[in-house]
Order: sequence, then C-alpha cells, then structure tokens
Amino acid sequence: MALLSLPFTQQGTKINFQDGFKQLMIPITAMVLFLFAWELSASQIKTSLGLVPGPIEVSKQFGNLVTEHYEERSKADAFYERQVKRNAKKLAKNPNAKVKIRNYTGKPTFFDQILTSLVTVFFGFLVATIIAVPIGIISGLSQNFYTAINPIIQIFKPISPLAWLPIVTIIVSAVYVSNDPTFSKSFIISALTVTLCCMWPTMINTAVGVASVDKDLINVSKVLQLSSFTKVWKIVLPSAIPMIFTGLRLSIGIGWMVLIAAEMLAQNPGLGKFVWDEFQNGSSNSLGRIMVAVLAIGIIGFVLDYLMLTLQRYISWDKNAVLR
Amino acid sequence: MNSAYLHIDHVTMNFPTPTGEFCALDDVNFVINKGEYISIIGHSGCGKSTVLNIIAGLLEASQGGIVLESKQIDGPGPERAVVFQNHSLMPWLSVYENVAIAVRRVFKGKKTRKEMHEWILHNLNLVHMDHALDKLPSEISGGMKQRVGIARALAMEPKVLLMDEPFGALDALTRSHMQESLMDIQEKLNNTIVMITHDVDEAVLLSDKIIMMSNGPAADIGQVLEIDLPRPRNRVRLANNPTYNHYRQEVLSFLYERQSNPLSKKSETDEGMSEKNDVSDEAGVVESDTLATDNVTQLSPIDNSGKAA
Repeated sequence: MALLSLPFTQQGTKINFQDGFKQLMIPITAMVLFLFAWELSASQIKTSLGLVPGPIEVSKQFGNLVTEHYEERSKADAFYERQVKRNAKKLAKNPNAKVKIRNYTGKPTFFDQILTSLVTVFFGFLVATIIAVPIGIISGLSQNFYTAINPIIQIFKPISPLAWLPIVTIIVSAVYVSNDPTFSKSFIISALTVTLCCMWPTMINTAVGVASVDKDLINVSKVLQLSSFTKVWKIVLPSAIPMIFTGLRLSIGIGWMVLIAAEMLAQNPGLGKFVWDEFQNGSSNSLGRIMVAVLAIGIIGFVLDYLMLTLQRYISWDKNAVLR
Repeated sequence: MNSAYLHIDHVTMNFPTPTGEFCALDDVNFVINKGEYISIIGHSGCGKSTVLNIIAGLLEASQGGIVLESKQIDGPGPERAVVFQNHSLMPWLSVYENVAIAVRRVFKGKKTRKEMHEWILHNLNLVHMDHALDKLPSEISGGMKQRVGIARALAMEPKVLLMDEPFGALDALTRSHMQESLMDIQEKLNNTIVMITHDVDEAVLLSDKIIMMSNGPAADIGQVLEIDLPRPRNRVRLANNPTYNHYRQEVLSFLYERQSNPLSKKSETDEGMSEKNDVSDEAGVVESDTLATDNVTQLSPIDNSGKAA
C-alpha cells in the first residue's frame, strides 16, 4: 500500500509546490506593479511640502524613524544613568539623603505611539467583547429581549466615533477623577470610544449565531432537561462560535479604524496623534512620515485580523471549515 | 386499559395558522404495553412526527394527553429518550462525549464517575461503536452517527424509546444492518419502543404492532395491525413466509389503496412520488393473486427501488 501510494504523493507534492509558487508569485507581481505605479504617479504631484513621496522616499523615512527611536532610547538610558550616578554621589556624602528617580519625559517615538495604540485598541476591544457577547447570547435566546434591544442597537450602530468623542471626553473627565490614576484619562477616552463603536457587530452576529442553533440540538437539550448554563455552554456557544468570530473580526477592524480617528481628533497619544503632529509640523519629511504611519496602520489592521483568524482556528471545533 | 404502560389518550392537535386553526391530529387514541415495539406508519404529512413529538413532550397536545405509568407527562424528559432522524449529535463533541453528556445528566449522583464511564462504554459497545470513541461525528459515516444517536438514547435508560424515522436518511444496505442491530439490542433489553417509519418492510420486520395513520389534515388511526411473528426474526427467511407477506400486504393496501398518497395527486412530476405510485399499482396486482409466492418475490425488488428514491 505504501509502495503503491508513493508515486502519487510525489506527484502530489510536485503539484502542490507549483501551486504554492503560483500562489506566492501572483501577489508579489501585483505588489511590484503597485509600487511601480506609485513611484511614477507620485513624482507627478507637487505639493506645498514638495513632491509626493514614492516608495523609495517612504522607506528612507522609515529608516529615519527607526534611527530616531534608538537615539531617543539612548538619550533616555543616559538620562537614567546620570540620575543613578548623581544619587550614588549624594548617598556617599550623606547616607540619609532622600533620593528619587525622575521619569524621562522625552517625546514618544513612532514605535512608542504604535505600542500605545495597540494597547488601547486591545483594551477597548476587550471591554466591547465582554459587553457584547453576553448581550448577544441573551438576545439570541430570548425573542422578547431581542425585540426590546434591537432598536437601541440599530440606532447606536451607525454613530461615528467623532460624534461619540466629545460626549465620552466630557463624561470621563467628570466621572474618572483619581489622584493616582492607573490609566491616563486620554487612554480611557480613546478605549471607551473604541468600545462604543466596535461592540455592535459582535453583538448582532452573536445574536444571529445563537438564534440559528440547529433546532434538533435544542430538542436534544430539552429531552435531556439540561440546565440553562449547560445548554448555553455545551450546545449554544459551540454552534454560535463561527458567527461570534465573524463579529469579533468585524469589531476589531472597526475598533482599529475608530481608534486612529479618535486619537487624531482628541490628541490622545497613539498613531493618530503621530499623523496629526506630522501634518501640523509640515516639514519636507512630513508627507513621507505620514505615509509610513498609514502603511503601518494598514499592516497592523491586517495582523489584527489574522490574529483573530488564528484564534478562531484554535478555539473552533470545526477544524475543516474554510476560513477567509 | 388500566394496565396500559403508555396511553396516548384522545390526543387532538391544532396548529394556529394565519388562516385559522389547522387540525393535524383528531382524537388519536391508543395504548402501548410494556416491552412492546410499536411502529407508526403513514404518508408524509399525516402527523406521525407530531404524535411522536407529543409523546416526547416537545409539543403540547391541544386536547387529551399522554399517560406514562399512570402519570400524565409534562414536558420533555430523559425517561422518554428520542432518536432523531438526522442523528442530532453535537458536531463538536466526540462520540464518547456525545453519549457522556446524556449519561452525566441522567445518572448524576446515582452512579460514580467510574460507573458512568463503564455505562457509556457499555452502550457504545451495544451499538458496535466502541472502536471510534474519540472520533468526531463528521469523521464517521451516516449509519455510525445514527448508531451513536441510538446509544445516547439507550444510555438514558428510558422507559420509552422514541424513534423518529431513525433510518430514514440511510441507504438501503446500511438501513438493513441497522435494523438487525436494533433487533439484537431489543432482544437483550426489551425496551418499550415507538418508532415512526414510512418503510413497510421495516415496520413489519421490527414491530409487535403497527399503527397505520390516515392522511391529514385531522389525521387519525386508520388501522392497528398486530404482528404475530416469532422472534428472532430473520429477513431472508421471512421473505418467503406467507404470514409475513400477508402483513406486508395489509400495510401496503392500507397505504396505497385506502389512503393513497396525498402528495402524488398534486405533483406527478416528482420522481420519487411517481415511483411510489408504481409500487401501489404492483401491490394491487399482488392482492388479486392472493399471496402467490412467485409474485411476492417479484414485488420486493420493485419495492426496494421505491424506497431508494
């Protein structure tokens, strides 16, 4: 049997290799063509900040941003080192002297801003999921609850993050008062705006997923007289998992878009602020740096979606499902 | 009537529709004794499944009710286990876990962990599925899925086992295997079984009593046929048994002469339906020849083609 199947597998891998090569070459060719078209058309447009940067200029700016990041880091390290030395000297003179380390207050680099944005979007998305999934499950199980909550969802769903922002800002400023805040106010504002905008797709998809559980399986749970918890945990949730993940993927995509807009408008730290600062800066490098940021936003969005997909593959019971 | 184990007591079922009440069942009344194997047969849409769902407690009768062991039933419960037509296994649970979810629910506090484990294995062994404990339902064949469905129902130790066209979705060969397995199991356990079927052979082969239902709306019991054949029954040996063929023919003539298929009148274009009509014509011929064995052997392949469609 093994001998018989050997030539077939060899042939099979050959075909697979060819397929894989094709699968790789088509997007690469398209990408090269796109960069070429970008380079050509960019050089045609003259702006107040000079020519529109092409891919070569943008990659140079990316290099600059990396260098700036390391410079800033070494500055910070030097700053802390000086403090440690000074404190050591002070203590040598007078063992009872009060010493403390002051935080470095240099400007956040491009990569600091990316990290801030990522933390914010994850936090906002997490809160949205914690709210949306249970509400989605309840409205999928109870027609009455769904009828009650549906108009509210439909009204809040299309609201732009820019419209939420002033309300969230004012409410957070009034409510979140603390002398020693664990989170900065701007972080809470950005994250809550993300939450408000991105919980709706998860909520609706969860409700639809839960409501469309196979009726026979519900009958099985009735015959077994399963408790509500077991019913939800063992029957409803597993069958709704694909729909819940569809919602989560939509949600994190929306959340990421919303966050950039919110950071830009509210001047909260993050990638959005970076873009806005460069826009206001208006140096000859600014356009290129903004383009680096735009590409980073796109790539991060793609990675976030891919992470959700991987998580779905890991959690979902249906390992054969084709996920796109 | 007082000694009846399960009493379907004058059940009437009305469904509300936009155009008024639709009467599906009209005063259905019959009793089942303990350890009896009952088949309910009738054309599709005659309300067979409605009867089963009412016994299961998944539907509530508009009038009348179900009495099991002198107690009226109230809603679904594991003492009336159901085997559904399309197996209804949780696709995300393994074969073992699918049975375990029922066992853990029914025997919680009555059996220890180890006893439960043994009981799950025992029931899967009974349906010859102990070789695929860790397989997911998507990894096993349709017949195997139905075996697991039966194991899950048996594992609940039901007072009544309800089966809704349990082999309806299987091919003819798998179906006959399953029927034989079921007869073996029934010989060991002697359960009280109510089975819905539209397969005449299946009904005669397996049952002690066949309840034939008239066509809906307002369906009722048309005729009750006691099957007095010795067990164990063997399909091949029974093929030429005049009593067996007499029972088959009784059912056929009820279904295709007195209660002709309501759907075939409406749509002659439907292939399956028109083939069923052929069967009923053949059945008529057989009746006029009064059970000549030659004719009967002729009949069975034709009937099979009707089932396969």
